[in-house]
Amino acid sequence: MSERVLAEQISKELLFAYYKKVLELRLFELKVQELYRNGRLPGFVHLYVGEEAVAVGVCSHLENSDLVFSTHRGHGHALAKGVTAGIVLAELWGKVTGSSGGRGGSMHMYAPEYGFMGTNGIVGAPIPLATGAALSAKLRKKSQVVVCFFGDGAVNSGSFHEAVNLGAVWNLPVIYVCENNLYATEMAFQRATKNTDVASRAAAYGMLGVAVDGQDVVAVHEAAREAIQRARNDGGPTLIECKTYRYVGHHEGDPGTDYRTREEVQQWKQKDPVKIARQRLRDAGVDEATLQSADQEVERLIDEAVEFAENSPEPSADSVNEHVF
Amino acid sequence: MPEQDRVITYADAGVEALREEMRRDGSIVYIGQGIGPRGGNFRQTRGLWKEFGDDRLRDTGICELGATGAAIGAAMAGTRTVVDEVFLDFALEAITQIVQQAANISYMSNGKIKAPVVIRGAMGAVRNAGAHHSHTFYNWFANTPGLKVVLPSNPYDLKGLFKTALRDPGPVAVIEHKSLYNAKGVVPEEEYLIPFGEARIVREGTDLTLVAMSRMVSLAEKAAVELAQQGVSAEVIDPRTIMPLDRQTITNSIKKTGRLVVIDESPSYCSFAGELLAIAVEDCFDELRGTPKRICSLAVPNPFSPVLENQMIPTVDRIVREVHDAMKNSRRES
Repeated sequence: MSERVLAEQISKELLFAYYKKVLELRLFELKVQELYRNGRLPGFVHLYVGEEAVAVGVCSHLENSDLVFSTHRGHGHALAKGVTAGIVLAELWGKVTGSSGGRGGSMHMYAPEYGFMGTNGIVGAPIPLATGAALSAKLRKKSQVVVCFFGDGAVNSGSFHEAVNLGAVWNLPVIYVCENNLYATEMAFQRATKNTDVASRAAAYGMLGVAVDGQDVVAVHEAAREAIQRARNDGGPTLIECKTYRYVGHHEGDPGTDYRTREEVQQWKQKDPVKIARQRLRDAGVDEATLQSADQEVERLIDEAVEFAENSPEPSADSVNEHVF
Repeated sequence: MPEQDRVITYADAGVEALREEMRRDGSIVYIGQGIGPRGGNFRQTRGLWKEFGDDRLRDTGICELGATGAAIGAAMAGTRTVVDEVFLDFALEAITQIVQQAANISYMSNGKIKAPVVIRGAMGAVRNAGAHHSHTFYNWFANTPGLKVVLPSNPYDLKGLFKTALRDPGPVAVIEHKSLYNAKGVVPEEEYLIPFGEARIVREGTDLTLVAMSRMVSLAEKAAVELAQQGVSAEVIDPRTIMPLDRQTITNSIKKTGRLVVIDESPSYCSFAGELLAIAVEDCFDELRGTPKRICSLAVPNPFSPVLENQMIPTVDRIVREVHDAMKNSRRES
């Protein structure tokens, strides 16, 4: 009996941690949106709004030394892997305190000290990289695993085919996580491919594939736990398809309404990852006051990140030639 | 026979560099096609699989994009790798990984992530291989910030430069010439390294400076012998690495001779040969006695016909003829 109580407590704690992390990813991106729209941030940003449960559910199982390779829509992956909001935001601001000292920006932020091996401006490119990192882990006989996030846009690329094939034949400790948000920029997945069942493609490479509700952090957590354990035990790679959706346009500035209907967006918002995670806490008996205090805690965290990033110095112009080699 | 006189082939010099470095550094992994039991299409990994096995001599299917990306990703994660494109032409299947990921990673990560990867490929014309198997491409690589580019012209340099590449924080493109694999030269058995950015003065001369890379070095040497018989003293310089470049040795020579002729197997337009001419103008303008000149391959895809391909690529005869033209061209009274 005591065991059961303990399990519930841990479960509630985990749910709480998940909720706060999902909310952090959400509020972070909404803050980025606001700053970007106000002309405060240079460059381009692709926001993760609506997909937060995927990053949180997967990364919750990872150690700091495990590696994550991410995408152009990668702020959430960085945060979920443990990079602090201030460091991520400072990079988006081009500040010297950013994860790449301002040399990278949104699509090229690297924080190996957190096992975060980068967002990436090239769709599909991280899949071979992650596969190679997993080869390194296997050869060094580490229990390290590698997670590679990519979207539905990447799975029709040659990079996906060639790398996943190698990951499977070499039986590498890598988890390929497809965030299927149904659109590659404006291209609907069903117009891009005949087989829209991404998980089913795993069979073509002789590896396991599972599909999961990407809006529910607990569902993602379950699927990822199994895959990560398998990878750690030399059981080879898994392809996890997380069915998800971005509420925002492809990049900030794209209204995202030319190629999909408002009804469709509204429908997906009914399955909002923040709401689902919050509801799970309510179901577990957490009261409204506790939830609100958690909300405030996360809001403070984001405010502090803004303060940190805003007050951080720019890189000195004469450092431009540093770190080329 | 004294040890320093040992003569081996270019291919074997590369194998020896790899064997020594793979013994020294147990983390080095070599990835490519036919590089395991087969020993490489050009015999460029002969015998290594027997010693190092499947884990470290890792044959792949035909997937340059995946394999090159994996080699780069492994390097980023701390495993030094060599990825063998076999024909440099095939690196184009993987060019996005080389240029966008490997070359950029140090800068994009503020120096926190390095990619100690050697990208190996054999370039150039050999035995009328035709347009798909004869490209040079080193101009492209040298034009990519973050990539180092090594062009060994003989067995001795190949061994010493390859070993340096295998200790470099990377990435390094080691570009061999297909027609040199059977070329022989003196290669010491003992350990030596050749630093990047140190040109070799192949032959000293006083009337003009000939700069040549890779296979063109031996053509320049032969031309210099003929020219000497005709009263023209040519200094021949092999940069050995074009990124980084030993600008000093080249400009010292140009300042001494007052004339520069570059011999380059790539087409001239937007080429490394053009870069050397620019350097001559920027650094040696006052000392130039004649207009700097380049002798390059014609800007055509490599033709199959031996007659046409010979017309395309610089020959000793053409070098001698055009050097004489260059000697007639004077900017001022000397």
